[in-house]
Amino acid sequence: MGDFWIILTGSLVAASCGILGCFLILRKMALIGDAISHSVLPGIAIAFLISGSRDSFLMLLGASVFGLITVFLIQLLQRGGLQGDASIGIVFTALFAIGVILISRNASNIDLDLDCVLFGEIAYVQWDTLILNGYDMGPAAVWMLGGTLLVVLAAVGLFYKQFKLCAFDPALAAAVGIPVALFHYLLMGLVSLSTVASFESVGAILVVGMLIVPASTAYLLTDRLSTMLVYSVILGVLCSAGGYYAAKWIDTSIAGSMITVAGILFLLAFIFSPLHGLVARFAKRRRLKRVPMPLN
Amino acid sequence: MLNSNPLQVNNLTVAYQKKPVLNAVSFVIPSGKLIGILGPNGAGKSTLLKAVLGLIPIVDGEVKIYGGSYREQRKNVGYVPQRESVDWDFPTNALDVVMMGRYGHLGWFRRPGASERKLATECLDKVGMKDYAGRQISQLSGGQQQRVFLARALAQNANLYFMDEPFAGVDATTEKAIIQLLHDLKNQGKTVLVVHHDLSTVREYFDHVILLNGDLVAEGPTEVTFTPENLQKTYGGRLALLQDFVTVPVGTVQ
Repeated sequence: MGDFWIILTGSLVAASCGILGCFLILRKMALIGDAISHSVLPGIAIAFLISGSRDSFLMLLGASVFGLITVFLIQLLQRGGLQGDASIGIVFTALFAIGVILISRNASNIDLDLDCVLFGEIAYVQWDTLILNGYDMGPAAVWMLGGTLLVVLAAVGLFYKQFKLCAFDPALAAAVGIPVALFHYLLMGLVSLSTVASFESVGAILVVGMLIVPASTAYLLTDRLSTMLVYSVILGVLCSAGGYYAAKWIDTSIAGSMITVAGILFLLAFIFSPLHGLVARFAKRRRLKRVPMPLN
Repeated sequence: MLNSNPLQVNNLTVAYQKKPVLNAVSFVIPSGKLIGILGPNGAGKSTLLKAVLGLIPIVDGEVKIYGGSYREQRKNVGYVPQRESVDWDFPTNALDVVMMGRYGHLGWFRRPGASERKLATECLDKVGMKDYAGRQISQLSGGQQQRVFLARALAQNANLYFMDEPFAGVDATTEKAIIQLLHDLKNQGKTVLVVHHDLSTVREYFDHVILLNGDLVAEGPTEVTFTPENLQKTYGGRLALLQDFVTVPVGTVQ
């Protein structure tokens, strides 16, 4: 049963992150995902300090608020004339540092381990079960991640055309009356939510891999957004299953193996993708060379 | 409703970080005309379009479209942004981009369906791109991409069109095809405003011009407005160069 829960947890993380990651990379905002995943740390720490427990709902709320604050601050600095990447770097490291201080300062009386926050511990997920009316409902993380995935699916399913147009041509989106800012913050809110929900299992650093790597791999494999979303989820699930068995085999970090598998799949797509891979591009160039140029 | 002027701009002022880009610009556009917006770089041509479409905040003044606010008249307005403003590596095809022109008409929840697909195909046909409907957009040439953008604007089925440099970086054939399309729109009683750079084609293409230089220099029918004096006021010195453009005889397309 342990295998099943771990792979399911990993797959749920990968599915939410994979869907949102597609929109992030298409909007050239991969780094924003990185920033959010780090700067939600103070939100988690504060929620933890207030409640004194690992109440998941309160943590989700605290962290999501900080996720949106991050996006807001980054835009504020950018509008003030700072470079985009510098604004992101400043905001997320500052907030992350505050989170580290909050956690290590209170490390003695709270049960929140910095290592666990950074790298997660997916193997423990199965022991932290949700008990409802005395019944064991399975791991709490699975419920939380399942709920998050439902929210993500509902939002993207209902507003697919809005998310798509805002990513491709925000000027037209605004001109035809789509509230671009609302959908921007909705996307950012969903990224925060998924990041936080994924925290306990894969941690703050590796969740970035889940957001960006499968989506980037999918980007190389198709020319359609809807297909890209599906591929991204499938690749994410492959990473969690493959990563889990690899970790079991060589006895190492599960989350680390999952992202390593994601990296390997990306590399394969980068080289062998029939659409955009290196081999395909090389073959195309050779074909073009073989046809003699007509002299005019 | 459609009897009132398509576009009326009163005292429009727009600033980027306190530096004014458009200074109290006022004009009224008559219906059924092809209108060129001209001026040097940084004269506020694109800014004017964006301000009218509500894409950037305005400092002062008001914009009336068919006598109402832009928000009320949104479905009457079509927009072609600059081609470089989007990422052509986006995973989508030509037909899909044209269908995006219908998104504003679909409301919050409806998805584009068979009727949108049919209309989009017709619009692609009108710009001579029907055979490229399924083509990934990055594999289209610059001129073909511009035609896809025009087809998308046609799909918006508007009465007033704003086009930001539709002739930038397209070859002569595409330019002729585009201008023909603009004339077709005009003949259907639609009004088209085009940000334009090539002064040598102004007399040939446009009935009406707006000369901008931060301030509104002049506005009116091409024959009386597109004069050496006005061009000098718009572009500064270099009159010798500018005079050549004005003497190009008025021709018709084809």
